[in-house]
Amino acid sequence: MTSGIEIVLSVRNICKSFGAKRILTDCSMDVKRGEMKVLIGPSGAGKSTFLHSINCLVPPDSGDILLEGRPLDRSNKKALCAFRMQVGMIFQDFNLFDHLSARENVAIALRKVRGMGRDAAAHRADEELARVGLARQAALYPAQLSGGQKQRVAIARALAMDPKVILLDEPTSALDPELVGEVLSVIRDLAADGMTMIMATHQMDFARALASEILFMEKGRIIERGTPEALLADGSGTRTRDFCTRLLDMGAQAGHD
Amino acid sequence: MIDTAFFSLELLPALNRGLLVSLALIIPASVIGFGGGIALGCARAFGPSWLRRLGNAYTALLRGVPLAVQLMMTYYALPKLGIYFEPYGAALTSFILCTSAYQSEYVRGALLSIRQGQIRAAQALGFTTFQTILWIVVPQAARRALPSCGNEIVYLIKYSSLAYLVTCMELMGEAKVVASDTFRFTEVFLAVGLYYLAMVTVASWILNRLEEHYRIPGFGNH
Repeated sequence: MTSGIEIVLSVRNICKSFGAKRILTDCSMDVKRGEMKVLIGPSGAGKSTFLHSINCLVPPDSGDILLEGRPLDRSNKKALCAFRMQVGMIFQDFNLFDHLSARENVAIALRKVRGMGRDAAAHRADEELARVGLARQAALYPAQLSGGQKQRVAIARALAMDPKVILLDEPTSALDPELVGEVLSVIRDLAADGMTMIMATHQMDFARALASEILFMEKGRIIERGTPEALLADGSGTRTRDFCTRLLDMGAQAGHD
Repeated sequence: MIDTAFFSLELLPALNRGLLVSLALIIPASVIGFGGGIALGCARAFGPSWLRRLGNAYTALLRGVPLAVQLMMTYYALPKLGIYFEPYGAALTSFILCTSAYQSEYVRGALLSIRQGQIRAAQALGFTTFQTILWIVVPQAARRALPSCGNEIVYLIKYSSLAYLVTCMELMGEAKVVASDTFRFTEVFLAVGLYYLAMVTVASWILNRLEEHYRIPGFGNH
């Protein structure tokens, strides 16, 4: 519970209801610098809502969010924009800006939010696109890119803002199976570079290999948490292991919904 | 049979004079009306509820009352409230108010068709609501609304002929004078019809070029 610089993002007791329906109950986590937290759990468990509530795209009803120890004042719009600048977000369905080329997609937030000049922003955008292997696609529009390329542009767009942490909401779920690998390999490189990330995913092999901690969610609660080794060990008897076994039993569909 | 002297000495000089006034009505009314339509459309789509209601009421009023009546109100009724207009000013004001109401309807539809995901993505990057609308939503909505808005401009060109009702001597006003002086209604209004047809043709060409210029690969196909 220290507020030292080591903890980048701290989320405490997030609750959220839509009408009478309780979606999130007391979800908490502390994310240390360079960690990758992986959220898993059945569809409708609240993983996506939890990620969206961290940067208040879905404003939580109660709970605290602290970035590097400083609490976020959600009612202060300016503070909220400044907070979101530092917290990247990757969506399941990419959400690229349809009217902008890949380069402009990355550059626009640099220009309009961070106030960078046009040339400097374009230069930085090209660097980030090169980092995700899309240097040659910079001038193409979203409609001209494959799903995997779109998601890599989205990652470049988030990276360009120099975020302190990136939230990834099932980044490969909307992709054709043959395109999943290129996106996962970019995320793997980010993890190797020490990027702090929170990711919801059904890619269990990926989670097992890279997660610092797995959080298993069900019915809006985090019901288990621990290292992949602890949660997924044979005979550990955890809900997490049970869930993963069922995912694998689904055969060809496993890890892709 | 054709009286060339009538055409070259009487009719065409009058119509050309009227044409300049018509253009001086149509060009500013379509540009300001399009801008006003975007602003009004944004207010009606994204504004706080009081502003939405105000915008909706404004649009309902201006779409519900004939333009001829609006022109009369602007020219004859507003002076009773201490607002005076020249004929040209009254016509231009009415056209801007009316066309922006129609444009806002097209723009609002286009604004609401922009996927919510893009708005969330912009906010996740730290855009304010205003920046999101300005840089993400409006550029897409304007592209999507351009064909319908162009259609409204074509209408505007033709309903600009109502300006003669408030004694603004545009194309139609000049034509009426020549026609009632010479009783050559057929020739005069045939010529006026060709003038409007020419204006609409040129406007359509310009609008097509604009659409071409702002076209983006794959955009608007979903």
